[in-house]
Order: sequence, then C-alpha cells, then structure tokens
Amino acid sequence: MPENANNSAELKVRSEKRDGAVLIIPAGEIDLTSSPTLRVELKRVQADKPARLVIDLSAVPYMDSAGVATLVEAMQAARKSSTKLVLCGMQDKVRSIFEISRLDTVFTIVHDQNAAMGN
Amino acid sequence: MKPVHQSSSTSSTTPAASAPEGADRPEVRIQITSNPLYLSGTRELVAGVSRRLGFTEESCSQIALAVDEALANVIRHGYLKAPDKPIWISLYPTKEPGSSGPFGDSCQACSLRIVIEDEARQVDPSVIKSRDLDEIRPGGLGVHIIKSVMDHVEYVKRPAAGMRLTMIKHRSSSSADCAASGSGNGGACCAPANAKDRPHA
Repeated sequence: MPENANNSAELKVRSEKRDGAVLIIPAGEIDLTSSPTLRVELKRVQADKPARLVIDLSAVPYMDSAGVATLVEAMQAARKSSTKLVLCGMQDKVRSIFEISRLDTVFTIVHDQNAAMGN
Repeated sequence: MKPVHQSSSTSSTTPAASAPEGADRPEVRIQITSNPLYLSGTRELVAGVSRRLGFTEESCSQIALAVDEALANVIRHGYLKAPDKPIWISLYPTKEPGSSGPFGDSCQACSLRIVIEDEARQVDPSVIKSRDLDEIRPGGLGVHIIKSVMDHVEYVKRPAAGMRLTMIKHRSSSSADCAASGSGNGGACCAPANAKDRPHA
C-alpha cells in the first residue's frame, strides 16, 4: 500500500511556532490513507522536542482508528521528550471516537487554541 | 468503485462474493479494490444511504465509521496491504411497513444490515476480539470500535475463500432515529433501546 502524499491529497497539515510552542493544524479527513501525512509532520516537529505541542483538530471533520493511532504515537513520543501535548478544537464526530476508545481521558483535550496554548 | 449488478459476473479470478446464504437480495452492492484510496467514497456512500433510510446523523456517522474500520482491517490484516484485491459491500435495509418513497417503495428502515466480504486469508472468527483498552498503544482499536457502534457483529469464514463480516444497526425506538425518520408509529417497527448485541431475527 503506498503511504505517500499522492494518496493523501485531501489532508493538508500546517505547522507554526507560537509563543514557544509548536502548533499543528491538519485540515481534512484523517484515515488510513491520509494519516501518514500527519505522522510525518508530527515526527518532524517532535524531533526538536518542543516544550508544548498543540494539535488543532477544528478542521478535521472525520478521524478513524488510524488517525487515533497516529496521535497515540505522538503522545508516546511526547512523553519521552517531556513535551506537553494538547489537542484542541475537536468536532463531535472526532471526539466520539476518542470516547469510544476511552482515550478522551488519556489525552489533554481542551476547547480551543487559546486554552491549548495555556493562555 | 464498481457497482455490482446481481446478474453480472465480476472479473475476479475466483467466484465473486454472492449474497449470503438464505439472505435477501441486497439493495446496494458495490465492489472496490483493497486500495485505501476508496475508503472515503465508500463511507460517504454508506452514510448517505443510511441518512436516506431515516437514521440520525449520529447513527449515520457510526455506521460509516464501522464500515471504514472493517474495510481498513481487510486491507491491512486480510490482504496485507495489497491494493488490488476485491472487497464487496452489500447493504440490506429492513423496511418499515407503511412508509412510502417516491416510487412507492418503503424508504424508512427499521435496521440496516451491512455485509462485507473478501477473498483474503481466513482467520478463526473466535480470535477476532477487541483488545484491552487499558493498554495505551497505537493500533488494534478497529474491532472494538465496530462492536461499540453496531448492534450486532458477526465474522464467519466464507466457504470458498476469505471472510464475511455481517454488521447490523437498528433504529432504536428510544433514540432520535425514529423522530428523524418521522415514522410516527411510536417505534412499532424499531428495535427496543436495549437491542444492542441482540442477534437479529
């Protein structure tokens, strides 16, 4: 199965540094096809071991277990590097899969970017 | 995605997945290849059909999620990521008497049965289980999600080759599903709220 950008045109991932934190903003559906795009970007920014990593999911209308697995990997890497990982902007459909997987209590999930940045 | 007509054969090298033994003819049946590129379109189709059958948005999302997870499992674990193998998806709505669609057909469903068939390697259905959620690790959540959002889930080996997954989602009489459908029958045809995991008739 090809795991490259050709099959993940639907998902765009933007990242930026803000107030000492790294902000990741994926836009599009995160599934088996597109999750490698997010994984690559997360690994890239986590290599620098930022103090805080915020993933804004407000532009993600759908996520399946492949997307959740990608975020679990990021959480495990964050723990190793003492990075504070925060998820924000979750839509109801996305929150639902975290609840079903009982991961809503494992991740730090806040309402919006402002709260995620610790403001 | 290839629509599969009941009277046509497919280009598969082995006999195409047929309607499960003793089952009615599916109202929707498609064939896709095991390329994850087609997951998005398939779940959109399933959600759209579910919506027209009277399921709530929440139920439609859950049904689409279950289908997505099931297909991903076939692709990853059944076909070991080979992108050119066949998968068949069949939808069997169970109709509610008295509701009429634009062509005189019933348009509201009491439940939706979804059958996913493949020609992948066979596994003992008894070993297909949810994993322990206390263990925080990536992967292995697909079966748990499917069993959580669908009312009935059954894996069997197909006689010739591959696996068959049957999933059923009921419109619960206590949920918004009946209100969304405007059935107004007090849920007479709908499954009771505690229908989850109850084998279908």
